[in-house]
Amino acid sequence: MNNLLIPNPKEAESIHIIREVAAQFERPVLLFSGGKDSITLVRLAQKAFYPARIPFPLLHVDTGHNFPETIEFRDRLVEELGLELIVRNVQDSIDQGKVREERGRYSSRNSLQTTTLLDAIEEFKFDACIGGARRDEEKARAKERVFSVRDDFGQWDEKNQRPELFDMLNGKIHNGQNVRCFPISNWTELDVWEYIKTENIEIPSIYFAHEREVFLRDGMIWTANEHVFREAHEEVLVKMVRFRTVGDMTCTAAVFSEAVSLDDVVGEIRDSSISERGARIDDKRSEAAMEKRKKVGYF
Amino acid sequence: MSENRKLIKIATAGSVDDGKSTLIGRLLYDTKSLTTDKIEAIERSSKQRGYDYLDFSLATDGLVAEREQGITIDVAHIYFNTDKTNFIVADTPGHVEYTRNMVTGASTSQVAIILIDARKGVIEQTYRHFFISNLLRISHVVVAINKMDLVNYDEEVYLKIKADFDALVAKSDFTEDQITFIPVSALKGENIARQSEEMPWYVGNTLLDHLEVLEPADLQEHSVARFPVQYVIRPKTEAWHDFRGFSGMLYGGNLKVGDEVTLLPSMNTSTIKSIHYFDQEIQEAAPGSSIAITLDTEVDLSRGDMLVKSSSVPRSEKQLTATICQVNSKPLRVGGKYILQHGVNRVLAKVDQIESRIHTDFTGTETADQLKLNDIGRVHFRLSKPIHFDTYKENKANGSFILIEEGEYDTVSVGFIE
Repeated sequence: MNNLLIPNPKEAESIHIIREVAAQFERPVLLFSGGKDSITLVRLAQKAFYPARIPFPLLHVDTGHNFPETIEFRDRLVEELGLELIVRNVQDSIDQGKVREERGRYSSRNSLQTTTLLDAIEEFKFDACIGGARRDEEKARAKERVFSVRDDFGQWDEKNQRPELFDMLNGKIHNGQNVRCFPISNWTELDVWEYIKTENIEIPSIYFAHEREVFLRDGMIWTANEHVFREAHEEVLVKMVRFRTVGDMTCTAAVFSEAVSLDDVVGEIRDSSISERGARIDDKRSEAAMEKRKKVGYF
Repeated sequence: MSENRKLIKIATAGSVDDGKSTLIGRLLYDTKSLTTDKIEAIERSSKQRGYDYLDFSLATDGLVAEREQGITIDVAHIYFNTDKTNFIVADTPGHVEYTRNMVTGASTSQVAIILIDARKGVIEQTYRHFFISNLLRISHVVVAINKMDLVNYDEEVYLKIKADFDALVAKSDFTEDQITFIPVSALKGENIARQSEEMPWYVGNTLLDHLEVLEPADLQEHSVARFPVQYVIRPKTEAWHDFRGFSGMLYGGNLKVGDEVTLLPSMNTSTIKSIHYFDQEIQEAAPGSSIAITLDTEVDLSRGDMLVKSSSVPRSEKQLTATICQVNSKPLRVGGKYILQHGVNRVLAKVDQIESRIHTDFTGTETADQLKLNDIGRVHFRLSKPIHFDTYKENKANGSFILIEEGEYDTVSVGFIE
């Protein structure tokens, strides 16, 4: 038995937030992408409710263009922890004519996810969506609240946010509204990696260096396969790469890396000179890209 | 996570003109917290605007509207670290809605950096920043006297400002050792991370060195244990059939197995049987821990109730007096009804009397029939049920609350119990 618990303040805060979500809302859901941030959320949720099971389901909005390693990992995690997983597919939204597939060089299903997500929220009447967004990721996220109220259209009004004082969270909403909840708001990318290492949390293999068929465009390393648009002259190379952030294949660029262990990865992040979202193709579209997506309901 | 790195939370106070964003940008740059792509973005933006130096303020100004207006309009959180310390900076803007934003930012911070433009000295705004630091009982204040490059790094200017500020300190609850003065030039990086050769007369630490020597243990309040029940854990599984864990965050002091505790509001007593942190059983927990507690006896305890040591029970009352800061454009009025959220507990509250509006420049009070956005005042409330509180002076977490209005459920006020 341990003698005295000295809390890790960021972890303790996150557990506090997750418990507030479970207590204040009737139908919360954890948005699970299979990326390191949502995997960290699952660990924190386990800690918040142990020895009980996590009292809410996971929702994965599958673009159909996810890395197979991520999907395989997701299914194993859900199985091992006895979690409830809901999957909704962007392909279905396309088939229903609700969104149209993008065309051309930068086509991606990333922004189409928003419609599928909002539909799922409506279908299951979720009143709180727990996400792994962090304020250090991007400038527009720096002002995001821990509890971020969205209207019936999932929209974010950055001028009209509830101030958050001390650690008191106000999740009171009207029917039809919902709240995006961000328990690891105050974590940095390095915090997440150090936590994964300390806690020995398993993550998908694509976070570690591996050989992959890729091609280079705009100074970024793109995955070469049937889901990613490639010009005839864009040559496919086999390189040692890893991913720092794991989203849809069409919006996630790789980095050259030799990091094969968590120690290597943490070292690499510590010395890194490129920000995590620097490898997000969706953010390169414009400086205000994230803010614009958030306003229409992207989490 | 960074077991060996301590966490320091800072609020910055000052207007755009004082170079606050530049100071933060400079801290990020000097601690190599800005990545190549961010530096490139700053270079690009600076060039586009025709600046002949790097505009570090662009590192922190987030939203499109703000970039267009060139001012920050809300609380932004910024993160950086050194080998020894993780820092969280709550950057609050200095314009009209200043009080609201600084109160919000300071409520989660242990340290405040108050910026003063060396050319302007202590101005009305400085009074306000310091007043809020005093109201929120910030543990430590750093007075950064900025733009020293524009006053020829003159020690006389620094000493004059320090003397003026000391006169303010005398009017506050702060002691001198809680305040540190540092002359800096954020733009040039003087005394930020690098000891300035321009100011050999200043022998103290650079801003960054000073922030690094602060110890979280010294910045934490030492009070008595308060454990508001946040969520009751009932696994209902074979292995944990009878488990009833009361989960929550511990504030103010330690709790340990075997402690005799009193449960509020029932006033029943029990003994702590076990303390759980995930799959570990621990003997004792320090403040700030998110834990689950089981008790020796079957008790009726649910969310919003409180567990305390029997040796120090808080007040339980249906009436209270508090200093209120209005954080929403809807004013607080006599007779107004609100949801009062005290920690994780909610009751209904009615405004009995607005005693006064408090001047934020230490010049006293005036009568008021309402409190508008950014007003601070002394207010008497009547509650639907007793809450179990300490004064804010005794215990920050158990001495503060927010008011939620019943229309849009906006958070309209924050209160500090007297």
